[in-house]
Amino acid sequence: MKILAIETSTEACSAALLDNNNVISRFEIAPRQHSQLILPMIDELLAEAELKLQQIECLAFGCGPGAFTGVRLATSVIQGIAFSIDRPAVAVSSLTALAQAAYGETKIENCLSAIDARMQEIYWAYYQLDANGLMQYQVEEQVCKPELLKLNSSQVDWIGVGSGFDTYEKVLDAKTLDNRQSKQMRWLSNQFPHASQVAKIAKSEYLAGKAVSASQALPKYVRNQVVKK
Amino acid sequence: MRVLGIESSCDETGVALFDTDNGLVAHRLYSQIEIHAEYGGVVPELASRDHIRKTLPLIQQVLDDASMSVDQLDGIAYTQGPGLIGALLVGSAIGRSMAWALNIPAVAVHHMEGHLLAPMLEENPPEFPFVALLVSGGHTLLVDVKGVGRYTILGESVDDAVGEAFDKTAKLLGLSYPGGPALAKLAESGKQGRFKFPRPMTNRPGLNFSFSGLKTFALNTIQDHSKESRAPYNLDLQTQADIAYAFQEAAVDTLLIKSCRAMAETKYQRLIVAGGVGANESLRQNLNLKAKKLDFEVYYPRAEFCTDNGAMIAYAGSLRLAAGHTEPPIIKGMPRWRLEDLDAI
Ligand SMILES: Nc1ncnc2c1ncn2[C@@H]1O[C@H](COP(=O)(O)OP(=O)(O)O)[C@@H](O)[C@H]1O
Repeated sequence: MKILAIETSTEACSAALLDNNNVISRFEIAPRQHSQLILPMIDELLAEAELKLQQIECLAFGCGPGAFTGVRLATSVIQGIAFSIDRPAVAVSSLTALAQAAYGETKIENCLSAIDARMQEIYWAYYQLDANGLMQYQVEEQVCKPELLKLNSSQVDWIGVGSGFDTYEKVLDAKTLDNRQSKQMRWLSNQFPHASQVAKIAKSEYLAGKAVSASQALPKYVRNQVVKK
Repeated sequence: MRVLGIESSCDETGVALFDTDNGLVAHRLYSQIEIHAEYGGVVPELASRDHIRKTLPLIQQVLDDASMSVDQLDGIAYTQGPGLIGALLVGSAIGRSMAWALNIPAVAVHHMEGHLLAPMLEENPPEFPFVALLVSGGHTLLVDVKGVGRYTILGESVDDAVGEAFDKTAKLLGLSYPGGPALAKLAESGKQGRFKFPRPMTNRPGLNFSFSGLKTFALNTIQDHSKESRAPYNLDLQTQADIAYAFQEAAVDTLLIKSCRAMAETKYQRLIVAGGVGANESLRQNLNLKAKKLDFEVYYPRAEFCTDNGAMIAYAGSLRLAAGHTEPPIIKGMPRWRLEDLDAI
């Protein structure tokens, strides 16, 4: 099982190569340079793994939400590759990739994932671990002002993750304190969605038959109000 | 050599296949005009969102039309600029990563080079050197073309592009976006001589253009004759048509005067006209008359290749690929990119 994944929806640009249970990756915080970095990153990974592109069974990408241009970059690159080598693709939510990483790091089974959406808003979603060790939506992706975030979850221990917390620490802290057991703000700072997580999540999606054709591989913007009337 | 061309610089997704042995094999175009019409102009984010849905299906259609599979391609060309950055990046990223995955060369094409080489896709293509009059929604240029990549800009618009002036004036006349072709249609029923619009920057030397004044002149004329003092204006049909006529007459005349001046300065025998406004019938008729009188040849692309299309990109790319030009595996979009900065082949 070999999967090639990329993630470029935030300031971070990353690529990962999953070979069964082994994952190698490249990761760089490099705003506005993703388009120049991404193909060379993949080249490096293939060389390191001594693999040819044709040996990849499935492509995966972080489909957002995040910066529109970044989300489209990952999408178009994967569209181009998947179409050319005739392989399926899996779109993975960038918020889910964050949640999966947070679980890996803390073993806390509930997670609020939030990405700074600019314009005083955040993209967010809420997750819970499933029996297969994968984070699943309890609340699907949405976009809103951090003050308006609403969690209906019972008081459990959960972890926060993503640039939404870095930018809106105070607001989110006040807003969500009641919902957690530990009563202490706990979130992982400086975390960005990573292609390794995208690859791991994509593997189970692929095995579950949820991969799509190249032209069906599309971004998930979440913010759809983009024109001022 | 079989070259796939991808155009996504603005509000049109174009894909084509050009074969250096057999010429243009297949081409497809998807226009987003309907998406942007309700906003009266191109909304960049909506344009990008549409390109990413349409590009691969168009590529598939073109390959199907050509009865070819993707691994029979020898090279990929894509528009890298100038244009809308988000839109450019979609075509560039798909094109560049396809070439990377197929292990074939890729080449980045300048959108305006595509336009000015488009007449070469017709029978009896012009030989170098020639003067190119590039007239679109974003550009008004007179270019001295000595060969592929050997361009000197002789003149350009200091403000609005001529297509933009057509569109803005059409909007003032209450015509829907993009108004250029609609204005031209309306002008057919206009009367000559009722209004006289200026010919901006023609009474002094030089080859630059200015079109924003024409639009302002149109606005004043409309206000003078409208029953309403503000938009939406209320004109009787004949007045509307007469204004359209006078505007088009002035715009075309201005282009004509400067083009002839450029022909005289360069002493070239050939003029090519490309870009969306090159589809304008009045421009074509008047230029043809002038060319006969002054004894030079005028070349046009077929009407569908005047506006943005993938064929011109596949063609320009094939020339550059054949000359050994290639791009490293780096994806770029260049919203501003000067024609004069291109390398000669
Ligand atoms: N028959 C016509 N008469 C005048 N203007 C026209 C005509 N047909 C198209 N146009 C104008 O051409 C422009 C579009 O040309 P195109 O080359 O596609 O421009 P761009 O590259 O700027 O998108 C628009 O401004 C449109 O109104």
